[in-house]
Amino acid sequence: MTATETQTVQAGDQVRATIRQFITSAISLPNLDDEADLFASGIVNSLFAVQLMTFIEKTFAIEVGMDDLDMENFKSVNATAAFVMRKDGRRGG
Amino acid sequence: MDLKRIGVLGAGNIGIGVVTDLVLHGLSAVVVDVSDELLQCAQAKVLNNVRTAPLLSKSLPRVTRDDAMQRMVWTTRLEDVASCDFIVENVTEDWALKQAVYRQLDRIAPPEVCFGVNTSCISITRIAGVTTRPANVVGVHFMNPVHLMPTVEVIRGYHTSDRTLDALLALLAALKKEGVVVEDLPGFVSNRISHLFMNEAAFVLQDGVTTPANIDQIFKKCFGHKMGPLETADLIGLDTVVRSLDVLYESFQDPKYRCCPLLRKLVHAGHLGRKTGKGFHVYPEG
Repeated sequence: MTATETQTVQAGDQVRATIRQFITSAISLPNLDDEADLFASGIVNSLFAVQLMTFIEKTFAIEVGMDDLDMENFKSVNATAAFVMRKDGRRGG
Repeated sequence: MDLKRIGVLGAGNIGIGVVTDLVLHGLSAVVVDVSDELLQCAQAKVLNNVRTAPLLSKSLPRVTRDDAMQRMVWTTRLEDVASCDFIVENVTEDWALKQAVYRQLDRIAPPEVCFGVNTSCISITRIAGVTTRPANVVGVHFMNPVHLMPTVEVIRGYHTSDRTLDALLALLAALKKEGVVVEDLPGFVSNRISHLFMNEAAFVLQDGVTTPANIDQIFKKCFGHKMGPLETADLIGLDTVVRSLDVLYESFQDPKYRCCPLLRKLVHAGHLGRKTGKGFHVYPEG
């Protein structure tokens, strides 16, 4: 693994941890599977997607555009982290 | 009746939802509340609702900020609704406030204009009685979040005419909503029953039977409700729930509507639910 790849993995882990912490603080669920579909499983209702979206915009200084308004981008810890990394990569690149 | 420009009185939770829905469906809104500060805050919430609406419902359109802004007028002058085709009133559930607004509105709006009283508990017939157009007054109980809920409880007051009812149902149809028409008794159908759920859930919590999360989980997982009673109370606003319970208690003189002391205590503590970040549950700042 190159140094750049290592940095990317570490950044991804950090983003995932931040998102996980936000979600678990909102739902009082300490052991949340990063792949768990938050909405399909009924862990949260769909309104939480707006809270999550607003949180990542503020925390990671990204802008969720009209084309990004898809529940798939926010359905789990991993999906949200991947979305943040994609947006961040686009901005950096 | 051509309904294009709608007056919206009160820019609280439900007023914000009504304006969001109007804007999303291409209608214009003249929004009135008592202070510029309150209106600015409400406008920001409407714009955020409009922006995020397609995320929550694929059937809702993507409306740009500029388009949304062009469809809204924000004002502290009630006189500015004089040019509106229909009025939706969402003032706080307080009789003294509501009746004062209707007396003034009755003088401002052209006589043919209908008033939709957005209330969860107050008698439509009583409100109609302070106007000179009781046939033009109809109840409209939007559910929260307004732009995501497909059905509205519509209340026929004692004097409500068919023309008024048709006008409201046409407005709802323009918002892609269905109205279920019921007769006028305090709390109608929805709140007369739902507030007993919410109030008793608060008593269950007060008695230490279990946690707020468990109470809501039982309603969601055992009964198949989308939201539990405490989450619902947080979404409505605990202050509004208390006011509605007080109206039901006063109207029916029935102790089953006595407000749970814990519920009232949370309101006194300033924990009003989602809108303040804390109620029965905590809502981290997004």
